[in-house]
Amino acid sequence: MEEKNIVLSAKDVVVKFHVRDRVLTAIRKVSLDLYDGETLAIVGESGSGKSVFTKTFTGMLESNGWVDNGEIMFEGKNLLENKKNRDWEKVRGAKIATIFQDPMSSLNPIKTIGSQITEVVMKHQGKTKAEAKEIAIDMMDRVGIPNAADRFDEYPFQYSGGMRQRIVIAIALACRPKILICDEPTTALDVTIQAQILKLIKDLQKEYGFTTVFITHDLGVVANMADRVAVMYGGQIIEYGTVEDIFYNPKHPYTWALLSSLPQIGVKGEELYSIAGTPPSLFNEIKGDAFAPRNPHAMKIDFEEEPPFFQISPTHYAKTWLLDPRAPKIEPPHEIKVLHQRMVEMTSKGGAFYVE
Amino acid sequence: MSNNQEREVLLSCRDLKVSFPKGKEKFYAVKGATFDIYKGETFAIVGESGSGKTTIGRAIIRINDSEGDVIFKGKKINGKLTKAEDREVIKSIQMIFQDPATSLNERANVDYIISEGLYNFHLYKDEEDRKKKVVDSLKSVGLLQEHASRYPHEFSGGQRQRIGIARAMVMEPELIIADEPISALDVSIRAQVLNLLKKLQEEKGLTYLFIAHDLSVVRFFSDRIAVIHLGEIVELASSEELFLNPLHPYTKSLLSAVPMPDPEVEKNKKLITYDGSCHDYSVDKPKWVEIKEGHFVRGNDAEIAMYKKQIENK
Repeated sequence: MEEKNIVLSAKDVVVKFHVRDRVLTAIRKVSLDLYDGETLAIVGESGSGKSVFTKTFTGMLESNGWVDNGEIMFEGKNLLENKKNRDWEKVRGAKIATIFQDPMSSLNPIKTIGSQITEVVMKHQGKTKAEAKEIAIDMMDRVGIPNAADRFDEYPFQYSGGMRQRIVIAIALACRPKILICDEPTTALDVTIQAQILKLIKDLQKEYGFTTVFITHDLGVVANMADRVAVMYGGQIIEYGTVEDIFYNPKHPYTWALLSSLPQIGVKGEELYSIAGTPPSLFNEIKGDAFAPRNPHAMKIDFEEEPPFFQISPTHYAKTWLLDPRAPKIEPPHEIKVLHQRMVEMTSKGGAFYVE
Repeated sequence: MSNNQEREVLLSCRDLKVSFPKGKEKFYAVKGATFDIYKGETFAIVGESGSGKTTIGRAIIRINDSEGDVIFKGKKINGKLTKAEDREVIKSIQMIFQDPATSLNERANVDYIISEGLYNFHLYKDEEDRKKKVVDSLKSVGLLQEHASRYPHEFSGGQRQRIGIARAMVMEPELIIADEPISALDVSIRAQVLNLLKKLQEEKGLTYLFIAHDLSVVRFFSDRIAVIHLGEIVELASSEELFLNPLHPYTKSLLSAVPMPDPEVEKNKKLITYDGSCHDYSVDKPKWVEIKEGHFVRGNDAEIAMYKKQIENK
């Protein structure tokens, strides 16, 4: 990881929203480096800020939201200095593209699939209509639309959900972006289709060499896709590391809880591990560690002072007081220690997820 | 499942078909489903979008007209009913819908949405009792008391779904048709809700028809599982049996697609893609066969023989 180039660097980003006369702090001082060509998964629950954070990369915050602090360096420029929509348009779509969860609402229902791809190609690459059509059909082909030329003039409703998401991917990649932000791209899709789309994104990444930010709440998908993982909670990144760091050696109690509560590792007849309580309200100022009220291992200091990032290895950092040398030694829950063993058992012969 | 015969059947579907008009013809979304749901169990229907799993649920709750029989507590309910019977069925079978964005009244506040059934059937002593029921159900689904006065548009998709669950639970029904109830929820909340649904089931003897696409959740949550593909149930077995001996190639493809939370396992995983053309039903027609006690699979004679061999070789 050390020799890798940083393609985007966010520093101390704070995002706030006006919601009915109150101010909500959605992102609380988040810093993140994105390495060239990697797939970084951002995991978190709804409201943890994973979508909002990445929306700041493309200036797509809702109108009641604003970046209150921080900088986002991309290609030698601070993106947050972009004020006008015209400035953002040079980045958004052209260099940093986003795929959203619901392919139906990202596509225009009354325009043909073909015209929606060519529009982007013509605008961003300055091609003629005929050239754009050629590129569009080629892109449709690459994302796995059978008989692309015949389906060029069809409308979104004539496509299935998986096919629509393929089109959205084609549109996003038509401009050869440097960074592709995938915001829960498979959440609305079936598992078998999800598997296909994930594979497609990986294959295209190999071919085009873009950097992927993959936003999801599904840790199975993370395990499949990610090189590195950042876990978000209450508007902050609370742990980040390589995918192996996070799955095989997690350190933050929230990461423990997330992994332990997965139904994949649940034992039938036993209660599934669940995190008590609900995520914090971001209207209020959060004192100390945001996860403390739900954390069974919380110490006094967790309620008083925000923990810094502690380094576990050159790639792995976690923001919890448990890593302070003065803290008591707390063992991760049993589920975490046996996770890998259990998964291997389940997917090998005789296991529940073994398939011949 | 050896005591199946003695167990009380709460709901029974016999050759259930649901069709939608397609020009002058009929398109069958459900092509003859037959299964029993026993009292107190969790029966899961697993399939992908377009498989008809939701349509089965909607036929049982009588949103969609259906052919064949839907028998609830010994009485056919998918036909003409008296007003009293109709009310009884509405109260006894509640549904948690798939899409919380369209299943909640946008113009009503949460308090009213949850209370609507209570109002209709007058299931509360006084205003205080109603409020208490609303607050209790809100809390049980991970929401706060203060949410009662808000409107659906103020909530995230996940929170809306929780309102939908609260609305069903407050009616104290016997059968709950839960159509992808946790798909829209966050992982930490999912576990809470699954545990909650399980706890309520134990306390109140509830029966669930659990409609889902995610086999990993279904494995943990259900007693018996039916796998449905394009309107046809292709396999039905107890949860343990289905995962131990998946027979139908479609079941196997679904199993292989479940993303496992382990990078090493995921990287070495082999995906099985299902292609309906692997069946040759031109001469040898498929049947619904009980291949082992409680384990049903759809296949023609040649396939059934092959499946039998697979089970014996295990």
